[in-house]
Amino acid sequence: MYSEKVMDHFQNPRNMGEIEDASGVGTVGNAKCGDIMRIYLDIDEEQVIRDVKFKTFGCGAAVATSSMATELVKGRHIKEAMQITNKAVAEALDGLPPVKMHCSLLAEEAIHAALWDYAQKHEITIEGLEKPKSDIHEGEEAEEEAY
Amino acid sequence: MKPFIYLDHAATTKTAKEVVDAMLPYFTEQFGNPSSIYGIGAAGKEAVQGAREQIAHSLGVQSNEIYFTAGGSEADNWALKATAEAYAAKGKHIITSAIEHHAVLHTCQFLEKHGYEVTYVGVDENGILKLDELKAAIREDTILISVMFANNEIGTVQPIEEIGALAREHDILFHTDAVQAYGQIPIDVERCHIDMLSASGHKLNGPKGIGFLYIRKGLKIRSFIHGGAQERARRAGTENVPGIVGLGAAVARAMEHMEQRAAQETALRDYLIERIEAEVPYCRLNGDRKKRLPNNVNFSFRFVEGESLLIMLDMEGICASSGSACTSGSLDPSHVLLAIGLPHEIAHGSLRLTLGEETTREELDYVIEAVKKIVARLRAMSPLYEDFIKSGKAEKQI
Repeated sequence: MYSEKVMDHFQNPRNMGEIEDASGVGTVGNAKCGDIMRIYLDIDEEQVIRDVKFKTFGCGAAVATSSMATELVKGRHIKEAMQITNKAVAEALDGLPPVKMHCSLLAEEAIHAALWDYAQKHEITIEGLEKPKSDIHEGEEAEEEAY
Repeated sequence: MKPFIYLDHAATTKTAKEVVDAMLPYFTEQFGNPSSIYGIGAAGKEAVQGAREQIAHSLGVQSNEIYFTAGGSEADNWALKATAEAYAAKGKHIITSAIEHHAVLHTCQFLEKHGYEVTYVGVDENGILKLDELKAAIREDTILISVMFANNEIGTVQPIEEIGALAREHDILFHTDAVQAYGQIPIDVERCHIDMLSASGHKLNGPKGIGFLYIRKGLKIRSFIHGGAQERARRAGTENVPGIVGLGAAVARAMEHMEQRAAQETALRDYLIERIEAEVPYCRLNGDRKKRLPNNVNFSFRFVEGESLLIMLDMEGICASSGSACTSGSLDPSHVLLAIGLPHEIAHGSLRLTLGEETTREELDYVIEAVKKIVARLRAMSPLYEDFIKSGKAEKQI
């Protein structure tokens, strides 16, 4: 059901990991739906994304879209990163099955959430960037009940 | 070379060679319609009757109480819809469990839209039906109790005898979906007061597209498919002769080896459970440890998601299944895992491994190593695991 590119990014995810003292970190999705995505950005003084890493809890499409999204923003100015849409992420992966399109939306939101965190820390405004609406607290509460 | 390890026998099984051999002549030389008067028609009729007797014998019932269907789902639909119709004058209340197969659950939802009331009785944390809840749900107008013999996801075997006794005591019909249990564990229709029972061919090394519904003699039950007089005029349509012959052969075969196969699979099942519990941290066995089908293993692995797990297992040559949302085609994980009280994200990380008669210990050793490696890899990618480790909770729980 997945394209070769999705399978490639799932099997060999690019930029998987963490960045210590990242300029911005964004986490979106919720465990209840089975998808959580976290993006770490390292942004220099020129507002260029020097490094990016991700961690994802989710299906094959969620992992692949995270991986592709990091490739698309790496080395870009934050203004360019803002232009990357979920559609672009899905297209770069040669498409996603219709039921998985929400995964690509999550990737776009994760980048925005990390940029928001960066903007907050540096007290700047990024044009077109709104406060991220997704959060993972719902899932965290449920987790406490379990064990 | 990548191996091929099939651990999804609850989904379907390989049709046994002797079953295929038994079926083949009925596609070619013996292609006649059992309703025809001439020789090859009679041969088909005889073969269908022979299979009917094999099946009746396996359950200790009469052959004219067995009705062939196109599979388990049809049998479930028939049992529920036709009972609802035939007994509507008595009442319009049906009781079932929260963990039924969709063939029962969705049929119940259909009946709810047509004026029937359905009570979905809950299960405990191991997936065993709550008998006191069932008892409390019984009403004057209850016409049917339908509870599966064993669950398809977590393998829990239900207290069927107790449920049957309750149904009999209150003069309520009792149907059981035995698709997973039939041929795996002994079923005593009389002792359990079972009035109707659904089963399917392809779960016991028989062909797909064939199953049956046992209907106790004397029950009012309406025709499900209208047309010719086949199946005592209750299920019209020219018989699927090769399928029926295959089902009969598969049943005879399954019954002959049931005890030995169950012992072998139970030993392997417990070996697999024991090693996963010992070697993979933060896992949970879903389903009852003892009241469990011989071939079922179901685990939840915290911080990982089921579909990712399945894809990675597939890359290692292992066929398995999961109750995660991504494999169910919706945003919600399996209703069975939610019914036993698992929070959503733990339910998303479930893995079902169902063994078969050909499963070996060597295969399981390979699977265990693969699961360990893959779970570790997915956890390294998981923000939930990262948070868990950084929170310091991990040390407390080891």
